[in-house]
Amino acid sequence: MLDVQAIRKDFDILGREMRGKPLVYLDNAATTQKPRVVIEALVEYYRNYNANIHRGIYYLSELATEKYEQVREKTARFIGAPDPATIIFTRNTTEAINLVAYAWGRQYIEPGDEIVLTEMEHHSNLVPWQLLAQEKGARLRHIGITEDGRLALDDLDEIITERTKLLSITRMSNVLGTINPVKPLIDRAHAKGAICLIDGAQGVPHLPTEVLELDCDFLAFSAHKMLGPTGVGVLYGKREWLERMPPFLGGGDMISRVWLDRATWNKLPWKYEAGTPNIADVIAFGAALDYLEQIGMEAVRAHERELTAYALEQLSRVPGIRIFGPRHVEDRGGVISFDLEGVHPHDIGQLLDAEGVAIRAGHHCCQPLMERLDVSATARASFYIYNTEEEVDRLVEAVRKVERVFSRAVN
Amino acid sequence: MSDLRDLYQEVILDHGKNPRNFRKLEDADHQAEGNNPLCGDRINLYLKMDGEVIADIGFQGRGCAISTASASMMTESVKGKTRAEAEALFQRFHELVTGEAEASPGAPELGKLAVFAGVRDYPIRVKCATLPWHTLRAALEEKQETVSTE
Repeated sequence: MLDVQAIRKDFDILGREMRGKPLVYLDNAATTQKPRVVIEALVEYYRNYNANIHRGIYYLSELATEKYEQVREKTARFIGAPDPATIIFTRNTTEAINLVAYAWGRQYIEPGDEIVLTEMEHHSNLVPWQLLAQEKGARLRHIGITEDGRLALDDLDEIITERTKLLSITRMSNVLGTINPVKPLIDRAHAKGAICLIDGAQGVPHLPTEVLELDCDFLAFSAHKMLGPTGVGVLYGKREWLERMPPFLGGGDMISRVWLDRATWNKLPWKYEAGTPNIADVIAFGAALDYLEQIGMEAVRAHERELTAYALEQLSRVPGIRIFGPRHVEDRGGVISFDLEGVHPHDIGQLLDAEGVAIRAGHHCCQPLMERLDVSATARASFYIYNTEEEVDRLVEAVRKVERVFSRAVN
Repeated sequence: MSDLRDLYQEVILDHGKNPRNFRKLEDADHQAEGNNPLCGDRINLYLKMDGEVIADIGFQGRGCAISTASASMMTESVKGKTRAEAEALFQRFHELVTGEAEASPGAPELGKLAVFAGVRDYPIRVKCATLPWHTLRAALEEKQETVSTE
């Protein structure tokens, strides 16, 4: 069990008031709050050892380089990657996916090839492949979803075929909370000769992750959804692909030797990190990884499973509510999308805000999924390590209040 | 912080739930589409003009209570008005919801539309309240492209 009260003390922002009421922060799928140690690590870099990395022959630069590279090792360890050189720092998950779409996709995708995605993907795992498919004359295929928001696996043989070159799917839906059975899908795609990218933006912050066990070829995720700062993303890739692929961005640091008309590339991982990276935020991300490691990802998952079960039970009693996604808490993470009959999600969000409860309302960067669910938007509450049952009660009470305000207006 | 009841007044909740003139005009001679994709407000507006006068008006779409009520009450307010009168009413409505200015001399009476005064305290909702009006302007000007206030 997590000592949630002790954890909460590490987050100053959770003690503040919103609209005159104690803040209940339930938009963790968008971004999480940052513990004091992360903010301090960021400040400490700027205050004590700010210098550019990989170039200075002076002590400060050596120190900054060492701290930066240590985080690469921590990141590798966190996802079970044996080789730190297979960890590339990017700006965010979106950039990590785009890196693969550009560097791998432009080299290996040919006309008539197929790329398999799902109907529950975030725009960041749809649009880069649309651009690639349009450019190369490739075809996009999509695994559908069932009524309760799980992947529809019945016609998989039709979708994953010898023509499939890439399977790119999310580990966990940012709207439905669905935890996808990625391992058997990866095995299936590999058996057909395809490679696999896992969008781990929601998965890595909330579930134990072992890349060797998953056997994915690429994994993308973001620091800011797991207690870290904004501006840092991670791409893990199998060494064989990272070696074979051409670079993504060209510039300083990613080269070995440059002539006026050509250049050769640096070794991994720096081949994919052109220009001065986000040194300060990567270093602060290291503090976030330490924090999560200390808690343990099994404990994170257990806490969220319990909280989600409680929230599903309480919310389902509100008149007029419709909850999207799988019913069983084993199949879902701490993300609950819902709507209320006759109330637009934006009005739900506004009224909850007045109660100090911060949730997200909108399409969550999943417009095709909204079409599939036949809604224009949903309201979404999402949890993390510092959320409590009392906060779920505040959420439920606020949703009941919305229901009461709007039911006044019936005829 | 003002009370949320100023934003969600009974009249607004009523129009949001039971919008008036919520229909497609089969004989429309002007129409336009409004869409705020980030929040998911969408409106299709239909006009039947009689010279300079808005003879009939209807809308369809889906959106939050503020945008739906604004569309509904707008259709009631501008039906039978001239193009110029509707434009003047929009100006006044815009001043009201943004809180930018008090009514200038000679400004039209807002009538029931005054219930939207509470929007000024929620700047993020101004786009919801004004989407139908921008769409009306586009329809009157026969603009083809979809209107957005985001």
